[in-house]
Amino acid sequence: MKSNASPQPADTALVPQDERLRRIPFWKKALSRPELGALAGTILVLAFFLVVARGTGMFTPSGALNFLEVAAQLGIIATAAALLMIGGEFDLSIGSMIGLAGILIAIPVVQYGWPLWAAILLAFSCAALVGATNGYLVNRTGLPSFIVTLGFLFILRGLAIGISRLLTGRTQIGGIHQHIPGDWMAVLFSGEVATGLFGWMAAQGWISTNFAGNPVVTGIPISIVWWLGLTAVATWVLLCTPYGNWIFASGGDANAARNSGVPVHRVKISLFIFTAFSATVFACLQVMDTGSADTIRGLLKELEAIIAVVIGGALLTGGYGSAIGAALGALIFGLVQMGIFYTGVNTDWFQVFLGAMLLVAVLFNNFMRKKAMEAK
Amino acid sequence: MSEHTPTIEMRNVSKHFGSVIALSEISMEVHAGEVMCLLGDNGAGKSTLIKTLSGVYRPTEGELLLEGKPVRFKSPAYALDAGIATVYQDLAMIPLMSITRNFFMGREPTVGWGPFKRIDWKHADRVAKQEMAKIGIDVRDPGQPVGTLSGGERQCVAIARAVYFGAKVLILDEPTSALGVKQASVVLRYIAKARADGLAVIFITHNVHHAYPVADAFTLLKRGTSLGTFRKEAISREEVLNMMAGGAEMESLDAELAEFQRSDQEGKAKRGGNTASLPGDAQQAYVAGDH
Repeated sequence: MKSNASPQPADTALVPQDERLRRIPFWKKALSRPELGALAGTILVLAFFLVVARGTGMFTPSGALNFLEVAAQLGIIATAAALLMIGGEFDLSIGSMIGLAGILIAIPVVQYGWPLWAAILLAFSCAALVGATNGYLVNRTGLPSFIVTLGFLFILRGLAIGISRLLTGRTQIGGIHQHIPGDWMAVLFSGEVATGLFGWMAAQGWISTNFAGNPVVTGIPISIVWWLGLTAVATWVLLCTPYGNWIFASGGDANAARNSGVPVHRVKISLFIFTAFSATVFACLQVMDTGSADTIRGLLKELEAIIAVVIGGALLTGGYGSAIGAALGALIFGLVQMGIFYTGVNTDWFQVFLGAMLLVAVLFNNFMRKKAMEAK
Repeated sequence: MSEHTPTIEMRNVSKHFGSVIALSEISMEVHAGEVMCLLGDNGAGKSTLIKTLSGVYRPTEGELLLEGKPVRFKSPAYALDAGIATVYQDLAMIPLMSITRNFFMGREPTVGWGPFKRIDWKHADRVAKQEMAKIGIDVRDPGQPVGTLSGGERQCVAIARAVYFGAKVLILDEPTSALGVKQASVVLRYIAKARADGLAVIFITHNVHHAYPVADAFTLLKRGTSLGTFRKEAISREEVLNMMAGGAEMESLDAELAEFQRSDQEGKAKRGGNTASLPGDAQQAYVAGDH
């Protein structure tokens, strides 16, 4: 194959700058990136609350951690939803998967005395199975993933309630906190990182301390680490790996991709597995944090994830979008939710804002895509 | 032409879709360094034939031989790996993706190892630009979306990609049908170049005037069956045209057009204007150059 051939003779001939290639200013180049709208939105929302929520404690370290944690939880599933949407599909079963995964962790531990790590592994295995089933059905039947995963939205929720009631007689299972200490896998989903650093910063007097001399903020919650980590990995995959190119191709035009030798089915199945995986990560974090599982956890999370992804610049039709955009979408979500809380506005208005935001984002994205398609 | 085994050969290939017989007992062979032109009207089975060759469909009966060996492709990816590259009419290009991303779709060059294996964008961008330059299209920025290119340029990205990846058989599905005269000639020249490089080219068209200059042989399809393969030496342009479109229809059209021209000239003569007639060639092109 020629791709491995040694540098070709024309290399040097092409080095001189093409005179027709106008130097495009940085900001203009940035305009063609999908996450631009989300970035502008983030700055806008941030500026708004910096003014409105001034002095309410929203932007103290502990206040910031509040909205970052909200953003992180949503961001974890939004990252996976973004990859899937770029790949041309939806997963509406994310929210139900969160509920089911929580139950799958809690019941074996509380009811049957399993070690926590085993229950977590069980939940992840089931998630992989659910994701693969979703993907297989979408590939096999050719039905829109909207329909297939809508089916699983109900199936998984029903399974969570059914299993829980059957085995424990309840829909809420508590008492997990006591199993966390000493479990090697629970460490991945609970607590904080960089606690030493924060202690040291408090000792230096750089961050505020409470009356006992301990820092108010003791560390970075693990959910934020997951969020940033997953966003970074997803961005790397999309921009730098062949698999990322296949995701864009599968979503852009599955037929053309297949004709060019892209394993479209495999790509889609793996993306569905990834969304189920992310839902399970979400569930783990929540179960460790609250010490309990509840069958109604994760309600409407699939739609919130889609909102974050669309605000982040992804096209609903696939083939275009970014993981960083989804992260910014989640950040806007967190900012608005906590901002409304801090400013004392009735939280009833949160959903109005969210819906309006979604519409504006979609309109803006359509406009940007047209711009991108115009000859530069 | 050559006594060697053909690069690709079809033996009695049939393809049925339920009760529809899309192809029936087609036999055809194409040698390296040869352009086989596949002609036929709409619905003649051209698309089915190339989709069978490129692994989209599996033949119901008959066999495919690649360099003398029987092959059966599970998917287009296998056909690609075997060296059969197809440039589809509906363009296997994704408008929102960059030229480079499209060029290397499914065969991305990588550097690094293990989890750090990544696309070698520098190399990829350079190659995409360079390969496009080779066929006379100067891409300003290989990072620009393919959607910003014209139809002819997109077609050329697809062809350049196939050639770059070392195809032995190049199947072109109506590569010139959507193009202007100038861009069509770019594509035709490129086909001639591919032949000179030793590729076996299968060129599907229903424009005889595009086919005739570059083809070495013609296979005519009609309603799913082959009317036979003819060497270029053995058949004239008009004969090809007649067989393809049904001679009688064309003759009556010719007569009608001659009538138009005559009355046109009479009209002009009366007004004392320019009496120059259409050059014969242009007229011919008008008759045959559908699309």
